[in-house]
Amino acid sequence: MEQVAPLSQVVVAKPSFLRANAETIAFVVMALGLAVAPFFTYPLFLMQAMCFALFACAFNLLIGYVGLLSFGHALYFGWASYLSAYAAKAWGLTPELAILTGTATAAILGLVAGSLAIRRQGIYFAMITLALAQMMFFFALQAKFTGGEDGIQAVPRGYLFGLIDLRNEAAMYIVVLFVFLGGFLLIYRIIHSPFGEVLKAIRENEPRAISLGYKTDRYKLIAFVLSATIAGAAGATKAIVLQLASLTDVNWPMSGEVVLMSLVGGLGTIFGPVVGSFVILLMQYKLSVVGEWVLVIQGIIFVSCVLLFRRGIVGEISAWISSRLKA
Amino acid sequence: MFEIFGIPSGALFGQLLIGLINGSFYALLSLGLAVIFGMLNIINFSHGAQYMMGAFAAYLMLKYSGLGYWPALIIAPLVVGATGVLIERLFLQWLYKLDHLYGLLLTFGLALIIEGVARNQLGSAGLPYVVPDALRGGQNLGFMFLPNYRAWVIFASLTICIATWFVIERTRLGAYLRAATENPTLVRAFGINVPVMITLTYGFGVALAAFAGVMAAPIYNVSPQMGSELIIVVFAVVVIGGMGSILGAIVTGFGLGIVEGLTKVFFPEASNTVIFVIMAIVLLVRPAGLFGRRA
Repeated sequence: MEQVAPLSQVVVAKPSFLRANAETIAFVVMALGLAVAPFFTYPLFLMQAMCFALFACAFNLLIGYVGLLSFGHALYFGWASYLSAYAAKAWGLTPELAILTGTATAAILGLVAGSLAIRRQGIYFAMITLALAQMMFFFALQAKFTGGEDGIQAVPRGYLFGLIDLRNEAAMYIVVLFVFLGGFLLIYRIIHSPFGEVLKAIRENEPRAISLGYKTDRYKLIAFVLSATIAGAAGATKAIVLQLASLTDVNWPMSGEVVLMSLVGGLGTIFGPVVGSFVILLMQYKLSVVGEWVLVIQGIIFVSCVLLFRRGIVGEISAWISSRLKA
Repeated sequence: MFEIFGIPSGALFGQLLIGLINGSFYALLSLGLAVIFGMLNIINFSHGAQYMMGAFAAYLMLKYSGLGYWPALIIAPLVVGATGVLIERLFLQWLYKLDHLYGLLLTFGLALIIEGVARNQLGSAGLPYVVPDALRGGQNLGFMFLPNYRAWVIFASLTICIATWFVIERTRLGAYLRAATENPTLVRAFGINVPVMITLTYGFGVALAAFAGVMAAPIYNVSPQMGSELIIVVFAVVVIGGMGSILGAIVTGFGLGIVEGLTKVFFPEASNTVIFVIMAIVLLVRPAGLFGRRA
């Protein structure tokens, strides 16, 4: 008869070098890959993809590690992008300050929306976040400074710290790479901290976490604000890179897109959202010729992911690898 | 013509009427959402798309087979409801054992597919649909002009809402439904075919959305995106009312429609957002919703 090892032993038993360091290795590969990638493909595409990847990672922090589905993350991405663009263009702030302005905006919005949304659970949470995002979409549509249908165009990239000209593609690329890897490591750190362990406990069984004395609402709110802030950093950086902030970034299809990216890559996996956003963006570029069918294809991907590949690309791969290692 | 709070009464009652019309659609759609959620534990994100399908079915029937409004009012909900049955059998039935969120994601995907196909086939511009002959014109009530068609929409949706409430709360079939919502396993043990009931419930909810779509066609233009924005407002309505009570969904739907109409008179800039603001206030004051029970 096969002996089932207790859970603690499974983790400790002979940690092969590859398994124990799989995440570190994958991170190094990802960082090196992104560092050399601009020599092989369009830097602008890569910068955009990194912004979306960070956005998706921030979204995944909530759904994957706290079990909260926010269907309104475009709110933080889009408003941060507006404020960042406005700060750079109208106030003439340097890019790093513009990005900080956008990020801080997202943090405040996250605090307000989060404290409302965590009052309800599950499916209601998703609907509340969506509704609040739609409300802020209408504000963006009506407000003067957002430029309505035109958005804020021709945002100057400016001089980083007043010194380095970001119109230089290489300099801009390094800034974006820095923001992306920084945000990614921050999320990694959050997930693997004691705080992150409590978040996972809430995801698994909230009443039990409460009974153990954790003020789960407070944890959920902090996680929400962190997620909104990082999503904001992604949006704010995107506004500087593409020199544009528009209604697209703040509208509900954007919220759906970030869900799709995380779902395709793998909810609750660290690298999933990164893979997912590169895949989805690449698909959008390749399929731009088919016009409106992109919507249909996205829908089909949604449906097939939910029915067939709930673990996503990275989730399926890591499941396959661990089944191999066991054999 | 007299004035109320400095607003000409004609404008006030006119907006009130528009509010009641919008409220009719909020009520019909949130009712469908509540019925589906009660049975399937799924938030049907494609509800807006299915409402749009109803309007398009009416439009296509008129264009290609000359079938007018009245046949469309019967046939379109049946056809769209049948696609709902198909969707439940093909997709949704595999999700009942999973987290509710997967149902939301799947129906969101379906909504994208439906809207995308509609845009490809019919373009994103709005298409007009004429008011049926029998309901042209209107009544002069002295204080305002009431178009016949709008009166019909309010009457019809109220009737459907009350009929649905009656069936669910006051009949044997409704008792089975409510029992199956509470404890499906036990109800199955009594020899009632719960899976079929679930399938038909989804079909019925979808048919309700399509019915609303047909009624909306002569008022708003028929366009692929007519459902997606409406459904988000309806979500807010559902959060405010809570999905525990059928009557709650109806009252909240009409009530919020009226509030929205009044906002258009007194503070037009906020008319798009007022429902969301009310949602935020309700969440602060009564987190479980106006008619909801604390889970």
